[in-house]
Amino acid sequence: MSDAAENIIDVKDLVVRYGDRTVLDGITLSIKRGETFVILGGSGCGKSTLLRNLCGLMRPQGGSIVIGGRDFTAMSDTERVEARKRMGMCFQGSALFGSMTVGDNVALPLREHTKLEESTIDIMVKIKLELVGLSGFEDYMPSELSGGMKKRAGLARAMAMDPEVIFYDEPSAGLDPVVGAGLDMLIRKMQLTFGLTSVVVTHEMESVKLIADRVCMLDKGRVIGMGTLDELRALDHPFVRQFFDRRPDEEGGDSSQYYLSITGDMR
Amino acid sequence: MIAIAGHTGRAALQAIQASLQVCLLMVNTFVWTVVAPLRGRGFRTRYAVQQFVEYGVNSLPIVTLICFLIGAIMAMQSSYQLSRFGAVHLVANLVGVSAMRELAILMTAIIIAGRSGSAITAEIGTMKVSEEIDALEVMGLNVNKFLIAPKFAAMVLAVPMVTIIAVLMMIAGGYTISVFVLGLDAMRYIEQTADALTAKDLVIGMTKSVFFAVVICWVGVYRGFQVAGGAESVGRQTTSSVVTSIFVIIVLDMIFTVFFYFAF
Repeated sequence: MSDAAENIIDVKDLVVRYGDRTVLDGITLSIKRGETFVILGGSGCGKSTLLRNLCGLMRPQGGSIVIGGRDFTAMSDTERVEARKRMGMCFQGSALFGSMTVGDNVALPLREHTKLEESTIDIMVKIKLELVGLSGFEDYMPSELSGGMKKRAGLARAMAMDPEVIFYDEPSAGLDPVVGAGLDMLIRKMQLTFGLTSVVVTHEMESVKLIADRVCMLDKGRVIGMGTLDELRALDHPFVRQFFDRRPDEEGGDSSQYYLSITGDMR
Repeated sequence: MIAIAGHTGRAALQAIQASLQVCLLMVNTFVWTVVAPLRGRGFRTRYAVQQFVEYGVNSLPIVTLICFLIGAIMAMQSSYQLSRFGAVHLVANLVGVSAMRELAILMTAIIIAGRSGSAITAEIGTMKVSEEIDALEVMGLNVNKFLIAPKFAAMVLAVPMVTIIAVLMMIAGGYTISVFVLGLDAMRYIEQTADALTAKDLVIGMTKSVFFAVVICWVGVYRGFQVAGGAESVGRQTTSSVVTSIFVIIVLDMIFTVFFYFAF
């Protein structure tokens, strides 16, 4: 079997710019079917931008993203809609629709994309909510749920169409360690029971240790290391070392550089 | 000098970009409200009905009250002027015609812009901030079909219907003052109003109110999508939505008035 068939996502030379600023600069990576792939990096390194490109919320300026054998960047709009039915996304703030109950949120993709009977949809909603440990919460409004429960409900909604890939944007951000760990276990469970491919963006080392099969580390829009957590830990890159040791940036630094940065053009 | 040129150029580019966005919005709403449902690509009728109740039915109390009061005010103010010519009985014509052609239509549009135009902006803006718009897109759901088309259809139906009730209430306000305060004959007031109003007035009034509804919806949606960042931006765009709607409505009203004055 060739390498390409095994990979569910292949990213090649991805370039993304906001105006003049290059956020992603030639990212190349591949994600294998059924693994949990973690994108790790500091704030502002472009990891969220990478995720938004992978799930098609942004169109890159260069490079290609091949998902399931097809180039996502070259698709027409209708093809994209089809491709999107096979992927789910868990947003950082859960992004549940505030005007709908939790049950309606989970049912929404089913109602819009399938011709299932309402009774069938009802059962599927119950199954999905059970899966994330929220059975019995169908009639609650999102505003009545806690942060962790919202994220679980968001995951149930992402799972509604039985996707092949799920993207998670900072799944444990803003949660206490216990709830965060519970969510990590849930991600693990989804992978083990359904063979789902998970792509997780995070900066929390604790959850990386729990869930990651492979890790890709980003810094300043470039991949600086990829492999299992142990392989990455063995790397001798200064940023990787700094990240794993949880050391802050050097303060002070060059004083003339500092002067220049606050006085700007006035030379 | 270069700075001025740069500034002008940037402003022009922004204006062009904004008008392109508005055009795109116009095309999209039309396609997803009219063309797509006819081709069997679906229309969220239930959501549209909910929105219709919100824009139309729920705005009735405030619209009827305000229009009744304005009708009454108009009757009193005009009788003050007309009594000098001994023409107080013309209050009926004045109230009826100006309600049907102008005031009730404008008032309804402005109240609904304040109530529902702002609500549309706030809703879409909040959805954008909380990534709900992104969530729709990732789920493969079209924002135009899902949000904008139902709102647009509901607004275009609701505003003219509320306007008709507003016209009647304004006439009722004028009637109340004329009959109970100015001492005009009740039957004669009604007959005179009926005589004064023509089918042309109705057509003019309804045409304007449909266009005002379109303006309220487009401005609301456009401002909603301009929200970027956080809650503060939602507030700013919501205010701007109301101000822009009212401004565009009045400019449009002026254009229509000139057009109808010379053309008919």
